[in-house]
Amino acid sequence: MESGKKHSLIMGGGQNFMREISQRIGRGLLLSITAIPTLAIIFMIFFIAKEAAPFFGNLSHTLEFFTSSNWAPSSQNSPHFGALAIFYGTAMVTLGSCVIAIPLGIFAAVCLNEISKKAAFFKPMVELLAAIPSVVYGFFAIVIFAPILQEEGGILIAAAVFLLGTTASIVIGICAGEIFAEKAFKGYFAKRSLLIKAIMILSGIFATFELSLSAANLKIESGTNAFNASVILAIMALPTIVSLSQDALQAVGRDMREGSLALGATRAETIIKVVLPCAKSGIAAAIILGLMRVIGETMVVWMASGNALKIPEPFFNFFEPVRTMTATIAGEMGEADQSTGSDRYHVLFAMSFCLLIGALIMNAAGQFIGGSFRTIKK
Amino acid sequence: MKSKINTAIIFIAAISLSMGAVAQDKIAMDGSTTVGPIAKAFAEYYAEFKPEVKIAISESGSGNGVKSLMNGACDIANMSRFMKSAEFKSCVAKDVLPVAHTIAFDGLAVIVNPENKVGALTLKQLADIYSGKISNWKEVGGEDAKIVVISRDTNSGTYETFNELVMHKNPVGKNAEYVGSNGQARSRVNSTKNAIAYVGLGFADNTVKTLSIDGIIPDAKSVGSGKYPIARPLFMFTNGYPKMGGNVYEFVTLCLSKEGRAIIKELGFIPVCEE
Repeated sequence: MESGKKHSLIMGGGQNFMREISQRIGRGLLLSITAIPTLAIIFMIFFIAKEAAPFFGNLSHTLEFFTSSNWAPSSQNSPHFGALAIFYGTAMVTLGSCVIAIPLGIFAAVCLNEISKKAAFFKPMVELLAAIPSVVYGFFAIVIFAPILQEEGGILIAAAVFLLGTTASIVIGICAGEIFAEKAFKGYFAKRSLLIKAIMILSGIFATFELSLSAANLKIESGTNAFNASVILAIMALPTIVSLSQDALQAVGRDMREGSLALGATRAETIIKVVLPCAKSGIAAAIILGLMRVIGETMVVWMASGNALKIPEPFFNFFEPVRTMTATIAGEMGEADQSTGSDRYHVLFAMSFCLLIGALIMNAAGQFIGGSFRTIKK
Repeated sequence: MKSKINTAIIFIAAISLSMGAVAQDKIAMDGSTTVGPIAKAFAEYYAEFKPEVKIAISESGSGNGVKSLMNGACDIANMSRFMKSAEFKSCVAKDVLPVAHTIAFDGLAVIVNPENKVGALTLKQLADIYSGKISNWKEVGGEDAKIVVISRDTNSGTYETFNELVMHKNPVGKNAEYVGSNGQARSRVNSTKNAIAYVGLGFADNTVKTLSIDGIIPDAKSVGSGKYPIARPLFMFTNGYPKMGGNVYEFVTLCLSKEGRAIIKELGFIPVCEE
């Protein structure tokens, strides 16, 4: 009895061999499927680098590429490849959308996770923004947002500044006032904190009011500009930032919160001093992923940014048209390989290469920060 | 890379040509991106009424069209400019005798917002606006407001025409904004008070104001008669005059028929003849 049982458990040589083979085949098959995207990215990097190499091989062209903003690659007599204004345009639009999307995204994530009871309704709504095709955003930017900016731009910006500024000064005033009062006036804490909070909030609101007054007089000549592109890109980056930040906040355990509350901290103190620091690497990863969407976006900037080949004057003027790298590649690719020689073709690959390097660095940073986030989560 | 693509195009065209020699109902075309849409629309018309004729259209620019015709890689070279004498000579040297067929006129309308007071510009003023020398409407008799200059992207045939006929191949100024289509240019001008743009004549409708250039309003008559300055003929070149009644003959003369004229008008070009 016992020996028979033993026998049925041990496989014969042939069976063992078959099992080994099928295991290896299965593993190999799955591995090769996994390898496809990896091969694709390696192939793309290789191809782009190969096509960009002839351009970077020409030293004077390379120097011009990074230092001049005279971009005329299609000129037959004297082509110029100065891409400085284009790099600047990308940086400007990215910075602009960061300034809008990061605070909004973090505030929204905190609200969704810590304060609102309707998160189950709002979060899918925010995530729905990611499902809208970029050409629809571009269409919105050019047909609706650009004319509004031209006609009512000053008032619109003033209203937005006032609304956001007031909210921000109330939130910051309450939180900072509390912390400040605790640090500066030990003992009198309970009596003085309200006064300090009120002073901070009122001065914040006053500053916002002044700022929005000056914004109301703004006259925007052309609605397709860096500001338009920044706003639309910020809206596009929001779902990523909000959703991932909220996940990071959620990952901060209940024990942390309860511990903080049990020590006598208020809800605001718990959020600012305990929850946000715990989730900061996750939030940073969320911001980087949102940023990558902004840098890589093409259709929206091609339609919304105006595509003028210059560094705005003065350099911080967001109401002037700018051109980004992605828009340049999309706009010039059509004729590049056929019309006026190969320099025009290779310069676009040089630009793609720079874009790719930037994206890879940011991706690596995201992986690095996100990695430390995961270990905290455990 | 470029040479590889060209070789591939020539190779494919050569194969299609050799097949055409057997079947005699294949037309290969190459050349201008401006003429391309007309050729494609004609090909669609053909596909409906003469499905047995196979038409292959490449758009590699006017210069490459000549090369293809010279090498026998295509039957028709589409060109948005006339053949240069050097190109003519090298064609003749290869026993190819280029014959030009004018298929349409391409006129560009300069448009501004309907609220703009300016109704006329000279060609010189227009060039100065686009090069950035003139940057305020008051310099050309309008209100004191900065001009928002809108150009088509450098890929388009429209840009090429404008750049040749108005800018004389000088670069467009740095302040110019670029848009990706005629429709987008029109919608930007319609919504922007101080904007100026140029579009194919077919796109200048009543949502914008068409300027007269050197005192001439662009329309079928002024473009067709050559009075309007921002206009040029579009050509199809064949090797010798095509055999009467043959497919190529019918293709290059389609523009003279009622249907051909309707197609050309629909695309925003001006037909060569009117009834």
